[in-house]
Amino acid sequence: MPEYMLLLYAPEADQQEERARWAEMPLWEELTDSLREAGLLVANGPLSPADSATTVRVRGGETEITDGPFAVTKEILVGYYLLNCADLDEALRQAARFPTARFGSVEVRPIAQVPPFT
Amino acid sequence: MNATPQEQAATAAARVFRDERPAVLATLIRQVGDFQLAEDALQDAFESALVTWRRDGIPRNPAAWITVTARRRAIDRLRRAQSAAGRATRLAELMRLDQQEGPAPDVQNMIEDDRLRLIFTCCHPALDPAAQIALTLRTLGGLTTAEIARAFLVAEPAMGKRIVRAKRKIADAHIRYRVPSGDELPARMRGVLRVVYLIFNEGYSASAGDRLVRRELCGEAIRLGRLLCELLPGDAEVWGLQALMLLHDARGAARTDPAGRYVQLDDQDRALWDHAMISEGLHALEQGIRLRCPGQYQLQAAITALHIQAADPGATDWVQIADLYGALGRLSSSPVIEINRAAATGFAHGPQAGLDLLAPLLADPALQDYQPLHAVHAELLRQAGHHQAAVAAYRQAVALTANAVERAELQRRLDELPG
Repeated sequence: MPEYMLLLYAPEADQQEERARWAEMPLWEELTDSLREAGLLVANGPLSPADSATTVRVRGGETEITDGPFAVTKEILVGYYLLNCADLDEALRQAARFPTARFGSVEVRPIAQVPPFT
Repeated sequence: MNATPQEQAATAAARVFRDERPAVLATLIRQVGDFQLAEDALQDAFESALVTWRRDGIPRNPAAWITVTARRRAIDRLRRAQSAAGRATRLAELMRLDQQEGPAPDVQNMIEDDRLRLIFTCCHPALDPAAQIALTLRTLGGLTTAEIARAFLVAEPAMGKRIVRAKRKIADAHIRYRVPSGDELPARMRGVLRVVYLIFNEGYSASAGDRLVRRELCGEAIRLGRLLCELLPGDAEVWGLQALMLLHDARGAARTDPAGRYVQLDDQDRALWDHAMISEGLHALEQGIRLRCPGQYQLQAAITALHIQAADPGATDWVQIADLYGALGRLSSSPVIEINRAAATGFAHGPQAGLDLLAPLLADPALQDYQPLHAVHAELLRQAGHHQAAVAAYRQAVALTANAVERAELQRRLDELPG
């Protein structure tokens, strides 16, 4: 069965908007459960805010680490890996191993431990 | 005249706050597992110190009192924070620490490690570079957010946000509170030194802003440098950077004349130099050289030391300075280094040798508008007696100079040329 990654985009929420999104929590649970029961769900999770993103590039063998989400609009999302890492350093080390880091970039976003209502 | 108990308590609290806060905070962050919580609990502890010390007198070991109180405040705060990640385990660990009698056996090593953990966390490359500087000054230095904002000419709320954001990223992205190990260490070490040097330069090359606050930045950078020398005495560049900062800062008072104009090294009044600071700088340089692993900071410090140690400008050891610039260029080549090397070589081995080094730079289209290149070119041509070519080069340099004092100096040299 082919796999598809669904990427959910949403503007960052202010407090009022966050409350409104929270109110829809039962809908999310229902949806996720139904996908799981249908055997369609591989993995899912809410991401931490873009604030906590780090971007990794490898140029000339040197790993460049920058604060913030990846932002060059000419590059498009070409894949994803969901990894279990001890901490950010471990995640950045793994990110630097991907060939994409040499000609593109790898954005490292922690999965939120407490759902950030998106 | 005796100070009232209130005044004594306030003075003691202020002293502990200034001298002990970074070390206490460093340990507390490890124990409570969260930057913001540790800072808030520490703030609580200082507030209750003012009240309690006034009532009961100043404790025998004020820093220990603050540490224990802050830990208990952290426990209180954590109990109230229902949703904090890993709350139960963290609470259990804090309660265990709180019931422990007396300090752990190798507590001194632990404290040193905590301060290193704090330095490496504040300078983590995944944090915005400006935030690394702000966070380092806020947590390891004694500066308030308002002071940091003033020094960097940023509005205080914006600076506050920058610091809060960095702390949130540390928590959200799980930046671990640790000293990097093995093959990670060299790059991370360079990052730490860069942050300290940027803090120093911000204060040293101040052209605008509150001069007093900016002097404070140099002081903070040197204090951080001392701490690094104490914690990492086996790293040659730690000593090199400390030497470089001390040797520059020692000449701070002589760098401007009473009218506030920049005074070149050769023209500085040497009586205004801080000679105690120069000896501390030379000592640091020696410590670094002994480790036989010269890096860019050590080489720059060595060049500065040779300038300072010359009895007068005419006695400067240009041969050695030219060699040091050569070594610096082999480590990391840049036009600035090459131009300085050419100028030094001109003094050491005659103007033609300098002009030969400058030729490839003059042919580089990217450097056509680079003022220092033309200023040095003009100077070397003048020394070589190529007056006509020197006039053209001086004119080019003058046209590219924005600084009025520098322009006047170049114009003076241009006017002195015959014909």
